Amino acid sequence: MAEQDNTQEYRRIYTLNLGPQHPSTHGVLRILLDLDGEYIVKADPVIGYGHRGHEKMGENRQYKQFLPNASRLDYLSGMLFNHGFVLAVEKLVGIEVPERAKYIRVIASELNRISSHLLWFGTYIMDLGGFTPFLYAFDDREQILDILDSVSGSRLTYSYCRFGGVTRDVDYKFIDMTRAFLKRMETRWADYDDLVTKNIIFIHRTRGVGIIDEELARQYGVTGPNLRACGVGFDVRRSEPYEVYDRLDFEVPTGSSGDALDRYYVRFKEMQQSCRIIDQALDQLPGGDFLTKKVPQKLAPPKGEVYAAFESARGLSAFYLVSDGSPGPYRCHIRVPSFGNLNVLSEVLPGTLVADAISILGSIDVVIPEIDR
Amino acid sequence: MSEGLLGSEWFRLILGLLIVLGFASLNALFLVWLERKVAGHIQLRPGPMEVGPHGLLQTIMDAIKLMGKELILPAKADRKLFFLAPVLVFMPVLVGFLVLPFGPSMIIRDMNLGVLLVFAFSTFTVLAILAGGWASNNKYALLGAIRSVAQNVAYEIPLLLAVMSVVLMVHSLSFSEIVTSQKSVWFVFVQPIACLIYLISATAETNRAPFDIPEAESELVAGFHTEYSGMGFGLFFLAEYTNMFIVCAVATSLFFGGWNGLFGISLGIPGVFWFLFKTYALIFILMWVRWTFPRVRFDQLMNFSWKVMIPLSLANLVVTAIVLKLI
Amino acid sequence: MSYFKEIFVGGLSLIEGMAVTVRRLFQPLVTVQYPRKKIPLSSAYRGHIELKIFEDTGTHKCIVCLSCEKTCPSGVIQVEGVKMKEKGPKTATNYVIDFSKCSLCGLCVEICPTQTLQYSREYELVGETRSDCVIDCLARLAKQVEKKEMETGRQLGQGDGDGNV
Repeated sequence: MAEQDNTQEYRRIYTLNLGPQHPSTHGVLRILLDLDGEYIVKADPVIGYGHRGHEKMGENRQYKQFLPNASRLDYLSGMLFNHGFVLAVEKLVGIEVPERAKYIRVIASELNRISSHLLWFGTYIMDLGGFTPFLYAFDDREQILDILDSVSGSRLTYSYCRFGGVTRDVDYKFIDMTRAFLKRMETRWADYDDLVTKNIIFIHRTRGVGIIDEELARQYGVTGPNLRACGVGFDVRRSEPYEVYDRLDFEVPTGSSGDALDRYYVRFKEMQQSCRIIDQALDQLPGGDFLTKKVPQKLAPPKGEVYAAFESARGLSAFYLVSDGSPGPYRCHIRVPSFGNLNVLSEVLPGTLVADAISILGSIDVVIPEIDR
Repeated sequence: MSEGLLGSEWFRLILGLLIVLGFASLNALFLVWLERKVAGHIQLRPGPMEVGPHGLLQTIMDAIKLMGKELILPAKADRKLFFLAPVLVFMPVLVGFLVLPFGPSMIIRDMNLGVLLVFAFSTFTVLAILAGGWASNNKYALLGAIRSVAQNVAYEIPLLLAVMSVVLMVHSLSFSEIVTSQKSVWFVFVQPIACLIYLISATAETNRAPFDIPEAESELVAGFHTEYSGMGFGLFFLAEYTNMFIVCAVATSLFFGGWNGLFGISLGIPGVFWFLFKTYALIFILMWVRWTFPRVRFDQLMNFSWKVMIPLSLANLVVTAIVLKLI
Repeated sequence: MSYFKEIFVGGLSLIEGMAVTVRRLFQPLVTVQYPRKKIPLSSAYRGHIELKIFEDTGTHKCIVCLSCEKTCPSGVIQVEGVKMKEKGPKTATNYVIDFSKCSLCGLCVEICPTQTLQYSREYELVGETRSDCVIDCLARLAKQVEKKEMETGRQLGQGDGDGNV
């Protein structure tokens, strides 16, 4: 055997390209895998295929002209990013927001979070081979999209929040639809439990798979449900509350072992906690203005910088704006959670089977256009 | 040997062959439509609705479309094997129709080795899949074919062991004798574990979900029929549905009473309708299972077969033998 | 013992899952066969912008201040106008939008000082070239005015007709 190794180039490890076009990578992601038989020896994610130049666009536009861009960064959490950007500018300029607008924004953001998690749930199970929960999740998600459509006019990329409030007021129809949705989801959790969570095939494919331990998560800057599944209860809504989150009572679910099954449980329970938040916010919704009238059309913020963090569906996101007194930002940097979440793959994937790579990638919930901005 | 229905053996054989071919094609067309409708309704949508009333003509149009496509031969592929593989998958399965007991005297050839014939010929699919995977000159198709062969071989054993439990009880391998001995009580009540093992192994044998790693867009490896286009792919597809029918028909004959009614009560309905109804009910259950569960990972699939299915089916066989000896 | 327990519990979980899907089999469908049956749009739906018809003048009130053109992030709107009288605002002679670049942000609708822009409810737009996406809003307005006059049978605009607010 030794002579054979010397005479010919016997390379046991071969390179496989989980290419930019693949049904299971969520977006244009390329992972270069070095395989030894069925086991992965090295994994190298390659990003940049979806770069659209949002940060450069931020430099060339006024603050309010950047509003459509904010939703399109992470299009599954469009409302959350819209909300976050508006928060950043309000912090920079010092705009007061009426109470009613704050509550409306929180309700819309939490609805968006539920819809993002539902989509993740559907596509994750579809990656594992079960095609039906995908359609059930989308049926529920359709209700949310209809609710948000009735108040903002768009289904996916909302430009609903403005500096100092929101564009349209919510009416009784919105409140009725949201309450009907919450009631409907209470029956759905048991269905999803029976169909997916207790299913032995699903449990065998996710338990013990892709374990991220706490130390690794801290080194790579993993945030969001991935970090909470490792046992760290870090949620921006709890540690640095913004808007009205300090007046609402909700739990931050955590896992213990950091495997794919824990990440699934954390996101599932987060959906239920979001329903709780919406319920309380609807109860506490005050009357009043929905948009403050004191905001000038052409903002001229003072010189300085602001870093406003918020909890998007995937983790800690933030807008970092540097102002030099002109109507547009001098520098607009966006901190996205998927960048850290993705890079941890190069540590987690080696040693696993190829078939598990898809399961791990799906459980981390990355949106690639958010990384490439 | 049973009496020829219309006298001449040759006439009966040729008539039977024509009926089998016609029935197999119609059956495959119907099953493809049924699968899409069942999938649609489980997923809260209607399925095909445009082509023909409620999409009934959809499969025929799809078949015509497939026939019109170009047959692509990959570079450096083994030409003879490549075109032989789909034919090899489809033809032997048709042989199984010869011995199925559709009704009290509606068997084309009542052989005293009927059960053995069906399983012997259905094992050809393994060879055909390997031939197709190898001849494609594609490393991923080969990997898919290898996995499929391993899966088929592993699940063949509990399948046959479950069938052996029934054969031990009846002392015969002939289908008509097995069905007549279920006149008073179906074997599913006597041997429930064997029935369950048979159904699970049959799902794995026909490469259906949750055991459909060889054929689904499984993660990386795209399956043994990647390189096939047009009618080659169509034949693999038709063979899968025909195989499904055969396997469910065998299950009906072995465990669910064949053309007998429930506990001997036939309600005046001829046996052939009972047989078809039970077979299609089992096929519906197979489809229902496909659209509910995610896929099993390959090593877990093999573990399940070798560590769970085979010990259980062996234990079942031993217990059956002991009980038969004692009574 | 745990071997048998796992098999039993696992098998039971599979049966429960199957019960969920078979229940959905008998529930009503949630999809709609689109071209044959259409779903009503929400009241806040954002189509491309169009000029509003005012009751008193029977036409738009655009004064060619160019606020919408300047505020649009994508450069969608192009407006040109002339002064109709010596004293008074301009009136638009050319109002064109390039819908292929519009992101439906709504900044133009909000900034218009005369509130002359509104969202249309068009969603069945089809074009075969880039130039099909360019919408001439004044021509669209003229068609709408004609249609409204034919339906109601009376002339719109009993005001002085020179666009004064």
